[in-house]
Amino acid sequence: MEPIIQTEHLSHIYSAGTPFEHGALVDVDFTAYRGEYLGIIGHTGSGKSTLIQHLNGLLKPTSGRVLYEGQDIWESKERTRETRFHVGLVFQYPEYQLFEETIYKDIAFGPKNMGLDEKEIDRRVREAAQFVGLREELLDKSPFELSGGQKRRVAIAGVIAMEPSVLILDEPTAGLDPVGVEEILGNIRDYHQAKNATIIIVSHSMEEMARTVDRIVVVNDGRIPFSGAPREVFAHGDELEAMGLGVPAMTRVFHRLRAMGVDIDASVYTTEQARDAILARLGRGQTEKGAV
Amino acid sequence: MALKDITLGQYFPGHTVIHRLDPRTKLIFTVAYIVALFLARQVVSYAILLVLLGVLIAVSKVGLKSILRGMKPILIIVIITGVLNLFYTAGEGEPLVSFWVFNIYAEGIWAAIFMVLRIAMLITCTFLLTYTTSPIQLTDGLERLMNPLKAIKVPVHELSMMMSIALRFIPTLIEETDKIMSAQKARGADFDTGNLMQKAKALVPLLVPLFISAFRRADELAVAMECRCYHGGEGRTRLRQLKLKGMDVAALLFALAMCVGIGVLGHFGL
Repeated sequence: MEPIIQTEHLSHIYSAGTPFEHGALVDVDFTAYRGEYLGIIGHTGSGKSTLIQHLNGLLKPTSGRVLYEGQDIWESKERTRETRFHVGLVFQYPEYQLFEETIYKDIAFGPKNMGLDEKEIDRRVREAAQFVGLREELLDKSPFELSGGQKRRVAIAGVIAMEPSVLILDEPTAGLDPVGVEEILGNIRDYHQAKNATIIIVSHSMEEMARTVDRIVVVNDGRIPFSGAPREVFAHGDELEAMGLGVPAMTRVFHRLRAMGVDIDASVYTTEQARDAILARLGRGQTEKGAV
Repeated sequence: MALKDITLGQYFPGHTVIHRLDPRTKLIFTVAYIVALFLARQVVSYAILLVLLGVLIAVSKVGLKSILRGMKPILIIVIITGVLNLFYTAGEGEPLVSFWVFNIYAEGIWAAIFMVLRIAMLITCTFLLTYTTSPIQLTDGLERLMNPLKAIKVPVHELSMMMSIALRFIPTLIEETDKIMSAQKARGADFDTGNLMQKAKALVPLLVPLFISAFRRADELAVAMECRCYHGGEGRTRLRQLKLKGMDVAALLFALAMCVGIGVLGHFGL
C-alpha cells in the first residue's frame, strides 16, 4: 500500500521553558496509507489529539518531519496552507465552531477559502450536505436553530466540502445517542467509499473502533506502542488494560472463557464473530463426542 | 502560537515561601511596593527596589523567562511612554541633542529611564502576585481586605465572586479561542495576512463562536451555582480560613519599612 501521510521522528513539547513544560509526543513514526480506514486510540492526554493536529500542519513539530504524499508540509507557507485542504480535520465537538448566518454559508466557508468559483462551491456544499444527511431546505436556516446532533453534521459537512483526500475526525461520536452514533459513522463510511478517501478516526471507544476500522494505532504517553488489525491489537489485552484502555466487552468475555479452560478462539471483538466462534466450538464439541 | 504566550492572570503552582504567604500579605505588599515605586526619585531608591524585585523573583522560582513573556503585550505602551518622556522633559542648561522641534535634555533621558523602569517594575510585581497566588486565594484575600466597606453597603462579596469567576475563566477562554482558531484554520481561515480590514473580517469566524460559548458557559455556571443553593455571601462560612503567620507579620513590617525607607531616601534626594 502507498503511504499518504507519514511522520518521521516527530516530537512535540508544550510550553517549552515554563514550569508547565511537558513532552506530548516523543519520536513518533506514524503512517497512514491511501484509502485506508484507520483508528487512533488512546486515553485522554495520551497525545492523540496532538498527533492529529500535526498531520494537517496546525501544530509545528518541535523536531522531526511530517510528510504528505512524500513532501514535507513545512517546506513553505503555501504548502502548509495547501495541506490543510487535502487533510481535513474535524475537531472534537465541532458544533461549537459554527458562526455563519445560514448553514449553506457555513459549509461554504472552507471551499471559499480554497478560492473556488461560485458554481464549484455550490456543488460541493450540496454534495457535502447530502453526505451527512442534511435536507436541502435546511440549508437556508441558521445553524443555531438546529439540534446538537444536526449542528455536528453541519460542522462535519463544512470539512467534507473541501473534499479532502484524508479526513481526520477527533471523537466524532462523543456525546451522541446510539442512533446518532450510527448515523454519523454511516455518513463517514459513505464519504470513505464514494471518494476513496483515507479516514482517520480518533476515539477511546474500543467497541466503536472494532466495528469500523481496518487498522488501529495505539497511542500511549506520546508514543505508539503497537498498531495493526483490530484482531492483532486486541491480542495485547493486558497491555491495553494497563494503559487504561481495555478491550471490547466481547473480547473480554472470550479471554475469560479461555482463562476458565474453555478451548475457544479468543480473538473475537464483534457479536457476529462471537456467534461464529461459539458455533465453531459447539460443532467441534459434537464431532469429538461423536467420535467417542 | 501567540495566544498561549498570554500569561496575564495565570497561576504558577509552587511551594516557595512567597507561594505560602497569606494572600492579604501579598496584596498589601504589592500595594506597598507600588507606593514605594512612586516615592522613589533617584538612582539609589530605584536600585534598592530593583534588587528587591530580583530577590523576590528568584525566591518565587517563577523564572525570568515567564515574566519577560508576560511583558510582551505591554511593550508598546512602555516604549511610547519612554519616548514621550524623552522628548517632552525640559531641563536646565543646553540640550544634548537638538533637531527640528525636538530637544533632548539630560533630564529627559533620566526621566525616560525612570519611567520605563517604573512601569516595568510595577507590572512585574503585580505579575509576581498573580503568578504566585491562585485566583481563589487572591479573591479570598481581597474580600477579607475590603470587608470593612460592607458597612457603607459596598457589595463586597458579589464583587469578589465576580472577580474570581472572571479570573477563573481567563485560561478557559484562551484555550477555547485557541481551539476555535485551530478549527477555523483547518478550514483554511487565515488570521495572519491581509490588511487591517481583512484581518478584522477574519475575526468573525472566531468571535461569533467564542461569544456564543461564553454565554453558554455563563448560563451553565449560573445553573450549577443555583443547584448548590448559592444565594450570595450572607451567612457563608469558608473552607479555607485565612490566618496570618509569623512570616506574614515579618513581610508586612518589611513592606512598611520599605515605604518609609524609600520616602526618607527620596527626601534626601537619593
